[in-house]
Amino acid sequence: MTAQAPPAETTPASRVLPPVVEVTVGAIALAIVGGIYMAGYFPRRPPLGVPIGLLVVGAALLGVGFGMLSRVEDFGWRTFRLVGKWTLAAYVLQAGMIGYAFVHNGASGAPLVVIILLLVIFAVGVPLIISFTVGRYQAE
Amino acid sequence: MTDQALEAPRVSDAPEAVPRPTQIVPLKGLPIVAVLVAFLILSISQNWIWGLTFFHVAGGAVWTVVDLFVGLVLGPIIGRLSIEARAEFSARFMPKMVLLMPTVVLLTLAAGFQLAIQLGNLSPSSPNHTLLIASFAIVGVMAAIALGVLEPANIAVLFELRKPQPNGEVIGKLMRRFVYAAGILGAMQIATLVIMTRVASQ
Repeated sequence: MTAQAPPAETTPASRVLPPVVEVTVGAIALAIVGGIYMAGYFPRRPPLGVPIGLLVVGAALLGVGFGMLSRVEDFGWRTFRLVGKWTLAAYVLQAGMIGYAFVHNGASGAPLVVIILLLVIFAVGVPLIISFTVGRYQAE
Repeated sequence: MTDQALEAPRVSDAPEAVPRPTQIVPLKGLPIVAVLVAFLILSISQNWIWGLTFFHVAGGAVWTVVDLFVGLVLGPIIGRLSIEARAEFSARFMPKMVLLMPTVVLLTLAAGFQLAIQLGNLSPSSPNHTLLIASFAIVGVMAAIALGVLEPANIAVLFELRKPQPNGEVIGKLMRRFVYAAGILGAMQIATLVIMTRVASQ
């Protein structure tokens, strides 16, 4: 007769989760590089090829991050939403401040649109990282 | 800073009598943040050089000193504390960091960008242009570390400490991540100091 080992207790800390943080940090890093590239040209009009490329890849990575998140089942969703809501408010405010600095200094047209979209990645990505990191250690 | 010093506590060592943080964000500090941000917006909108210089220099000084102090001084000390002491320290220290660091970073960077434009340092003909781009790059790396590692660890520790039975292993892991990130940021701040003092003296 063999004794069957009891199933190992699954705790929030022992969950295996997809690399949402790593992928989203990649998206934010690209957005930051794009922002720095454009700020380096300011107040002149920057060439938009590189920032648009970074924007597209960054947006795709952010989408992948959300896609991976949507497949997670055992997760602290309530805490994730609570933290996400407040951090989103905070980082939308921060992104708004950065956007205001560009607008105040005469950014307009296509460069402004690219900057705003890069800021959207920043303002959405940071709350995703923070709330995912908190949610992974919380019970469902 | 040794691995032993920052060794994660065992789950069975979970601190139970540790004061639980009642607030993740200290609400009393929010009006101060609001006033500072209002002054920052005013300084930018009015191109107020003194205000911009104040926010950039004072904010940068606080940012640098806190990063260096936490990473290189407090970090090794925290690592040598008992589990209970470490958790109690975190419960009192981390909420302040949640409010302090994003505010200081926002003030420093927004004021610095506006100052660079106003003083002509961003102009390609300026001798400081290359140095500023290098500084942007360093700040970019620092932002990725701070936003991707440090800030999430900070908030996650606070949520863990609010549980009826906090997991000491999780707290140790997150605190280790926080302290190492702060140490790396502290080291990168030295590079920023070198660049900024060079910009100011050219």
